[in-house]
Amino acid sequence: MSETIVTLQHVDKWYGDNHVVKDMNLEIAEGEFLTLLGPSGCGKTTTLRMIAGFENATEGTILVQGERVEDKEPYQRDVNTVFQNYSLFPHMTVYDNVAYGPSIKKVPKNEIRRQVREMLELVQMSGYEKRKPDELSGGQKQRVAIARALINRPRVLLLDEPLGALDLKLRKQMQFELKRLQKKLGITFVYVTHDQEEAMTMSDRIAVMKDGVIEQIDRPSVIYQRPKTRFVADFIGESNIFAGTVAEAADGLLRIRTPGGLVTAKAEGCRKDDEVYVSVRPESLNVSFEPKEGFSFRAVVTDSVYMGTLTKVLLQAEDGQEIKFSRFEETEGLSEGTEVWLYWNPEKAVVIPAGEAREG
Amino acid sequence: MNRSSGTKKKKNRLPVLAQAGPVSVWMILFVTLPLLFIIYVSFMTRGTFGGIEYTFSTESYRTILDPMYFSVILKSLKVAAVTTILCLLFGYPLAYFIARKPPETASKLIMLLMIPFWTNGMMRLNAWMLFFQVNGPVNYVLTHLGIVEKPVMFLYTDWLVNIGLFTNMLPFAVLPMYSSIEKLQKSLLEASSDLGADPVRTFLKVTLPLTFPGIFSAIILTFIPALGTYTVTDMLGGGKVLYIGNIIKNQFGTIRNWPLGAALSVLLLVITALLIFIYSRFAGIEDMEVV
Repeated sequence: MSETIVTLQHVDKWYGDNHVVKDMNLEIAEGEFLTLLGPSGCGKTTTLRMIAGFENATEGTILVQGERVEDKEPYQRDVNTVFQNYSLFPHMTVYDNVAYGPSIKKVPKNEIRRQVREMLELVQMSGYEKRKPDELSGGQKQRVAIARALINRPRVLLLDEPLGALDLKLRKQMQFELKRLQKKLGITFVYVTHDQEEAMTMSDRIAVMKDGVIEQIDRPSVIYQRPKTRFVADFIGESNIFAGTVAEAADGLLRIRTPGGLVTAKAEGCRKDDEVYVSVRPESLNVSFEPKEGFSFRAVVTDSVYMGTLTKVLLQAEDGQEIKFSRFEETEGLSEGTEVWLYWNPEKAVVIPAGEAREG
Repeated sequence: MNRSSGTKKKKNRLPVLAQAGPVSVWMILFVTLPLLFIIYVSFMTRGTFGGIEYTFSTESYRTILDPMYFSVILKSLKVAAVTTILCLLFGYPLAYFIARKPPETASKLIMLLMIPFWTNGMMRLNAWMLFFQVNGPVNYVLTHLGIVEKPVMFLYTDWLVNIGLFTNMLPFAVLPMYSSIEKLQKSLLEASSDLGADPVRTFLKVTLPLTFPGIFSAIILTFIPALGTYTVTDMLGGGKVLYIGNIIKNQFGTIRNWPLGAALSVLLLVITALLIFIYSRFAGIEDMEVV
């Protein structure tokens, strides 16, 4: 990655007694697509708003292009925002909305005209110049909002759940287009969403947040395959999480006793009697009709749903835990009530120490 | 939010009267008919001993154009305009201040603004008169502080009438502007700031145009009553300075020239209609905010 463009150092945000962002450290590289992902109330939007300047950090330092920005008002910062509710000026036409930034900066009229045309072309909204925001659909409004921000050529574009109000199909399409825009323009995108799938498809890196803390920040594939905390494993994609105790540890291979039975997983740094979580993705799970080496975990099929591209099977362990299992081919012989033994490739399971709730 | 705006254009075109139902009967009986009657009377002839003689005449309208009456009308317009401008200048910041408070605080402040209007208007004006008389408390303070040498004659001046009208009308200016400012999305101001506009430019380019419906309602709600009032001008102006409202009152009362009074009333109506017409040119009339 190239150089850092936004830096957060020990940033805290309090709303009264509410500690919304806790000692956050974050470095955002120039030209990257970084997503702040988390459930509502995790502090992701607050973080974004602090970078934009709409909120002041209670403590800590925020640097944009190496410059401290705490004392700068939003209009003095070299970042632009795409708002969740679009926030287009309802009394202005599409043209005037997009031209707002440059006209404030007193760019010559014909230069503005050229830039607006270029921007509307970029977001595929040419021909809508004279419309009022009222006369646009949600997707169109969002395109205009993006054009209105991008025309200022910001070094960093902040996007606050920009696709939240759109329907699924349009959202997918806009995800694709946003990614295309970001690659084409090479602008750093800081993107806030609670939709993990959206984060997966678009981001270079994802910062998973919970209760004002970044639980894990990494490339999407690492976040998915190697979640560091139970929360990340649970929040990103579907996961089966088994709580258990290490019964035996040898050569990085752990035998873990869970309420449902004995399982095996591969992990470094765990010792006997450690409390751990074992996270296994539904697609990494295997079932068989006889016990496999290292596993003695029985379950009963409770439901099987054919979904076109894949089949989802729900199982119930002996202790009552629900287990998700999926296959791309049709599953045979797994009708309701069938008893099976679970197993998996120990390398595909992720072991999360139960004691460490989170890491920065 | 975005869906509803599309349907606005296609709203049903049921006759307004049918939509309003029984209310329309009430309105016709007690608003429209009296109004038509006033217009009718204004074109009649003054009876010798007051009352109306039912022969057509434009005499009343010609009288209005008489320099004496005309100067009173102009003066009334001026006083109403000054009142309105004062109400906007003080009312807008006040409305803005209230609108930016949390809802509970805001409703308390609005209440404070309205409390004086729970008292009888005549009592309030009498209190004003006592307050500003030659040996009243205001003059007492001024003379004792040595600001003026001898008591000032506040009463029966245009100046006091203006102040009186201003305080009387202020709440009616603040309320529509408050509701307009309160509805303004904060994120629009953030967006403006985000795009590089300092607070002054954000105010001029976003806040002001978007709260214009409220401002215009405030103009209508202050200018028209200020133009037509006669209690404030009667008491604080002492009947010494004449305003259009006093003249209308006198025509129907002591002077008993009903057609002239009616014609002057029609003039007020025309001014009102003109203002509303101007507004509807600017923006859709349905956007008007009357609380």
